[in-house]
Amino acid sequence: MVRTFIVYVADHPGVLNRVSSLFRRRGYNIESLTVGHTHLPEVSRMTVVVGIDAQGGPLVEANLYKLPEVLHVHDITSVPSLHRELVIVKVAVSQDGRPEMMRVLEAFRARVLEVAAESLVIEATGPEDAIDSLIEGMRPYGILELTRTGRVAMTRGGAPVFAPESGSPKGAAPFWNSNDLTVLRNCS
Amino acid sequence: MKTGAQILWECLIGEGVKHVFGYPGGAILPAYDALCGYPEIHHVLVRHEQGATHMADGYARAGGGVGVAMATSGPGATNMVTGIATAMMDSSPVVCITGQVGSKFLGTDAFQETDITGITLPITKHNYLVKRPEDVAPTLRAAFHLARSGRPGPVLVDITKDAQQSSCEFDRAAYSPFAATADNQRIDADQYAATIEMINASERPVILAGHGVLLSNAMDELREFAERASIPIAMTLLGIGGFPASHPLNLGMMGMHGEAWVNHAIQEADLLLAFGMRFDDRVTGTLKTYAPRAKKIHVEIDPAEINKNVRVDIALLGDLHHVLSRLIPDLERSNRQSWLHHIDELKGDSAVRDIQKLPDSGHLYAAHVIHDLWRETNGNSIVVTDVGQHQMWEAQYYKHEQPRSLITSGGLGTMGFALPAAIGAKFARPDAEVWVVAGDGGFQMTMPELATAAQEGIDLNIAVINNGYLGMVRQWQEFFYDRRYSATPLLSPDFAKLAEAFGLLGLTARTRDQVAPAIREARQRRGAALINFMVEQEDSVFPMVPSGAALHQMIRRPSPLVETAATEA
Repeated sequence: MVRTFIVYVADHPGVLNRVSSLFRRRGYNIESLTVGHTHLPEVSRMTVVVGIDAQGGPLVEANLYKLPEVLHVHDITSVPSLHRELVIVKVAVSQDGRPEMMRVLEAFRARVLEVAAESLVIEATGPEDAIDSLIEGMRPYGILELTRTGRVAMTRGGAPVFAPESGSPKGAAPFWNSNDLTVLRNCS
Repeated sequence: MKTGAQILWECLIGEGVKHVFGYPGGAILPAYDALCGYPEIHHVLVRHEQGATHMADGYARAGGGVGVAMATSGPGATNMVTGIATAMMDSSPVVCITGQVGSKFLGTDAFQETDITGITLPITKHNYLVKRPEDVAPTLRAAFHLARSGRPGPVLVDITKDAQQSSCEFDRAAYSPFAATADNQRIDADQYAATIEMINASERPVILAGHGVLLSNAMDELREFAERASIPIAMTLLGIGGFPASHPLNLGMMGMHGEAWVNHAIQEADLLLAFGMRFDDRVTGTLKTYAPRAKKIHVEIDPAEINKNVRVDIALLGDLHHVLSRLIPDLERSNRQSWLHHIDELKGDSAVRDIQKLPDSGHLYAAHVIHDLWRETNGNSIVVTDVGQHQMWEAQYYKHEQPRSLITSGGLGTMGFALPAAIGAKFARPDAEVWVVAGDGGFQMTMPELATAAQEGIDLNIAVINNGYLGMVRQWQEFFYDRRYSATPLLSPDFAKLAEAFGLLGLTARTRDQVAPAIREARQRRGAALINFMVEQEDSVFPMVPSGAALHQMIRRPSPLVETAATEA
């Protein structure tokens, strides 16, 4: 079964390695992992999609918390949430084929990023299954190059998954600094 | 202004460190140079960096503080890996400090560069790469706190050479260790109530006491808990010492080489109380048939251990001595006479099968040696074992009354652990008697540390249980591989002469009547002494739960007395 975790981490070198190593060691295959900055300074957010059975979910969560730089973990597999993925695909298409192709793109709400003599670069955002369909739709034309981001996710409703209580107790220094105990509270 | 190297030592002093086990080299030279300015630190020069980590580990386990090991970059750091993994598996608080090439050379394959933070990532609680002198103090402060807090473990701090050499402001007086974090109270009243109800309702409960009892200093609470409700206690290997061996409620060790009645009691129990233990495969046998009728309550500080191997009915997350103190007042007083009586009956023919009761064949058995060692030392010595048959015999025949008196590599099973760990233990508790019990195989893995013991002039006694085989592997070959002794016969040097070559006392004992006199002579001698015990070559550890078998399906020690009685009946 595929599970989706939201993981908030301190934006330190090596954190990605520590998180991914935890899955690697157990032989779990990561389907996708996206990471980027958040609105909180020095806090990054990961969306990890990984094949694990239901029993493994809580264990992965508990083990993630053992990493001092992990601030918050949320298994959103069974939480109502929005999933999105971005794809950019370069398709070989002659002038003649373009009108028909534009109709397909419209159906998928895909955008054309670049028009070249013998190819188009297309961008689309959506749930994974819609992205899969779009890719299938492009296949007959000849896909030259393709990149997809993997899933990013957010739970529905007003409550944020993670909200740091009160910024930094030390003023300027960020509260998850390794010098600060609030980070270490997770460590057992 | 202070150099990073000076800040390093001043932080260690601020953390209360008195002994550092290490080995110098290029990338850690600035730190070693600065050491000359801090005579309050005693540096123990090891013979191999693996020894330094085991010493720091033994120091931590014997004394309860944090052990510190130091090495240079590259091979110095990689030699520490086995010791770090050992400390990780047994939750031992160790801080390892390694030198690293200059920050400008990171990633260039510079001389003696290795990515030690990458290598040790899965075998440390956490690790740090320090590239600036300003980061030395906050990093060490966090490292020591992490090592000793929660579930303890090893932390590695890799410091580049330029971070040691360059300077920044540092106020030594302002340095203070992190205060211990209060135990997170993650247990609500309902969980406590459910726990109490389950215990009070139980007719056949067994406590499984692990290393957590020692790490949490919960010895008194464990005893009060057990006595109040008359609940028998089975020990894991690392739990030994957490509850006095002579106490009538102490059943002894459980698991693969546990006593038969202990394993039977666990299998028949209606409630298991797992205190600071992690249901390792060596104590459960196959999980399919493990304690099938028992409800399970797990008191554990590490949330990642809950439901990892065995699914439990109630999990109480927290520091064991806090949790037990809170449970004790509500615990119903009970004598559980019929259950305790039944366990006595389970002992059955165990005593008759015991090697001590077998007719004297004139051969020397390891069990005899351990038994005599226990008697001669009144059970009051710290014993540090290596890994293998002798380790199991020690756990079975040395009756430990005191906490932190058995030091052994349980989780990782690291051969070569005993001698260096014992040296560390001696520095942690200089007034305690310390014995090494090692096999002829494991001892040869780290025996150069004899030179460390000699150079330091410490009092240390070493018993080499010499059977001419890699005994535990040989035993598996005998039982499960049709006696094909592949690569297990072992030629050893004359260990007594070897000890003499290091300037130590070396003795040899070949018969039972030579054992006690040799032990007495070694104990009287100042400085280190080694006794080479030439024991029965093909003896095996009994009982034994074969790997993958149910906990109650044990191979028992054959006994002519039992078998004859069976034929006559």
